[in-house]
Amino acid sequence: MQAGEAMTGAGTAEPVLAIQDLSVSYFSGDREVRAVQHVDLELRPREVVGLAGESGSGKSTLALGACRLLRPPAVITGGSVVYKGRRVVEGGLDLLTLTPRQLRALRWREIALVFQSAMNALNPVLRIRDQLIDVLDAHLDLSRDEKRERAAGLLDLVGIPRARLRSYPHELSGGMRQRVMIAMALAVDPEVVIMDEPTTGLDVVVQREILQHIVELRERLGFAVLFITHDLSLLLDISHRISVMYAGHLVEVGQVAEIQRRPAHPYTVGLLNSFPSVRGPRRQVTGIPGSPPDLGSLEPGCPFIPRCGFAAPECRGVDMHLLSVPGSPPSHVTACPFVLPGAAQPKLLEPAGEPGSRT
Amino acid sequence: MNDLASASTSALELTSAAAFRGPLVLEARGLSKDFRLAHGLRRDLLSAARDVSFGLYRSATVALVGESGSGKSTLARLLAGQERPTSGQILLDGRAVQPSVRRQFRAYKRDVQMVFQDPFASLNPVHRVRYHLERPWRIHHSRQSGASVKAGLEQLMTRAQLAPPELYLDKFPHELSGGERQRVAIARALAAGPRVLLADEPVSMLDVSIRLEVMGLLDDLRSRLQLAVLYITHDIASARYFSDEILVMYAGQIVERGPAEDLTLTPAHPYTQLLVASAPDPQSPMGIARGAAPLSTLAGSSLPAVGCRFSHRCPYADQQCRTQTPALLPISSSRAASCWHLDVAAPELLAAGLRGRVPP
Repeated sequence: MQAGEAMTGAGTAEPVLAIQDLSVSYFSGDREVRAVQHVDLELRPREVVGLAGESGSGKSTLALGACRLLRPPAVITGGSVVYKGRRVVEGGLDLLTLTPRQLRALRWREIALVFQSAMNALNPVLRIRDQLIDVLDAHLDLSRDEKRERAAGLLDLVGIPRARLRSYPHELSGGMRQRVMIAMALAVDPEVVIMDEPTTGLDVVVQREILQHIVELRERLGFAVLFITHDLSLLLDISHRISVMYAGHLVEVGQVAEIQRRPAHPYTVGLLNSFPSVRGPRRQVTGIPGSPPDLGSLEPGCPFIPRCGFAAPECRGVDMHLLSVPGSPPSHVTACPFVLPGAAQPKLLEPAGEPGSRT
Repeated sequence: MNDLASASTSALELTSAAAFRGPLVLEARGLSKDFRLAHGLRRDLLSAARDVSFGLYRSATVALVGESGSGKSTLARLLAGQERPTSGQILLDGRAVQPSVRRQFRAYKRDVQMVFQDPFASLNPVHRVRYHLERPWRIHHSRQSGASVKAGLEQLMTRAQLAPPELYLDKFPHELSGGERQRVAIARALAAGPRVLLADEPVSMLDVSIRLEVMGLLDDLRSRLQLAVLYITHDIASARYFSDEILVMYAGQIVERGPAEDLTLTPAHPYTQLLVASAPDPQSPMGIARGAAPLSTLAGSSLPAVGCRFSHRCPYADQQCRTQTPALLPISSSRAASCWHLDVAAPELLAAGLRGRVPP
């Protein structure tokens, strides 16, 4: 089933990136670990789509799979990834069938990636300018002056003083390094930027600044963003649509407002109840008891059963297909056929402040 | 008024919101720590903590909130006895701690234990869980029989919700999930039988769904073992839920302190206001994508050498802020903030709390 056919917001344009029925497994010996199972995900031009899931849910594997950057023992076992952008229109390109040469032309030029932990992604012995110029060299044919000018312009874009061109990565703060990574991803004007936990580990003020930058740049340059994080509360702030992933499956897809106000999958509800609110009224936060399952030995049925407060015997028969949520627009789909949206809203606590009234 | 000495004395007039739970256990009095930096031939002093005073109380949690580089980990290291303060005192049960008196200092280190941020880095990958717990247990419980050590470890692990213990004792850190690893780190800290627990970002490396469990565990231990807890974090939302008092730190100084709920709902200092406004909140998303206004100028530009350290990022800053350091002054019986312009930044609060004690 296609996620979110009746799109609003970013329009009903054809998707620039369409991941269809993608499955990825890791093989070790005769053991198969299914990290991504039958995932559909669409990204329309200029749209921000959030992909939420905790570590081990397969969200990074999905991102790497979509760029065909996986290495053995990871194997794409099925599906397609079609890219159709400004520069590639005719029929689109299926990334999974491209030759290495075609892939090289597509990566970064059309689809760029921002990785988690910028310290590891930047080369510690090269100055920032040289790393930016490396990217330009690989994809564009520019003169020396043009390259220098463009590298400086890229730092302007993400709000870093030009003097930092001469810096080494260790001389920059975590937030600045992450901004350099974003500048690098935008270096050759890609149509799709996939960001994998780009702000994890930064403090909230810096995080908010970087998110603002991403949103502003998206409006100005017109790229689409697939934003991957375990922090659902961030996605509520910056995305148009959100896909929630658990144990290799998408469990819920919807517009931001639907996910926020009428979450239909117990996992989504659990995630929403995992964040203490800072500005809102004090309410009970519950978290999600237990830990994610071992993907190598999944029981039949819904993988969330051991942690789900609503689990019933019928859940063993759930096939994890996305079904439309009753009473929601068709763009809102969930893999849970039993729990109605809004069934598990968190309770408000009494006005607190007195010692001893803590949850 | 801009004399720093007055800051610590005036802060003493405050009643900490944590003091309602139990007696004072550990006190920091005017703690400062300078680091020497060498830039080629130039020598600079980095002041990581400046005249910091606060108390930790039995069965209470005090949260220390600030961005990275604000000096909150330095403060934890000072309290844990891993660094010596440049000036100021640490008092345990009212007695000044003297690192030179080895016997006393050893007892101090047993009483004050620490839990670190990254359970991957703080557990030795080549040792099993058993080793991580048995070693501190034996150090702090000398001459115990094998059976009582075993019983001790089992009790520790049950307390840290690592049950049943046999399931975990012979595992290596890499065989555990992040939450389990952090619980081992907590059990290790408890092995010494501490009265004070310093938790430095204990959940920021964990998945959101796991964080609450670990925070809940810490809260449970606080009340059952009557621990005085210092919870260091950059997440003011969790500080609101899991602490009695919040201290907000910026550039080595405490810029605001007060009862957790009050302070988060009505922040007084412009920096606290920025922190609260920046925190993602599923109950009231900011909607950056939907055109919410930008909040501040860029963080990370260099700190002003004189005056208020927040003045370069503050929307209310004027000439006075750039030249004179504001002191941490009370705005009510339990709250204090260091800002020249509370009348502009938090007028209602000032009107309600001060009643005649308005700073010039």
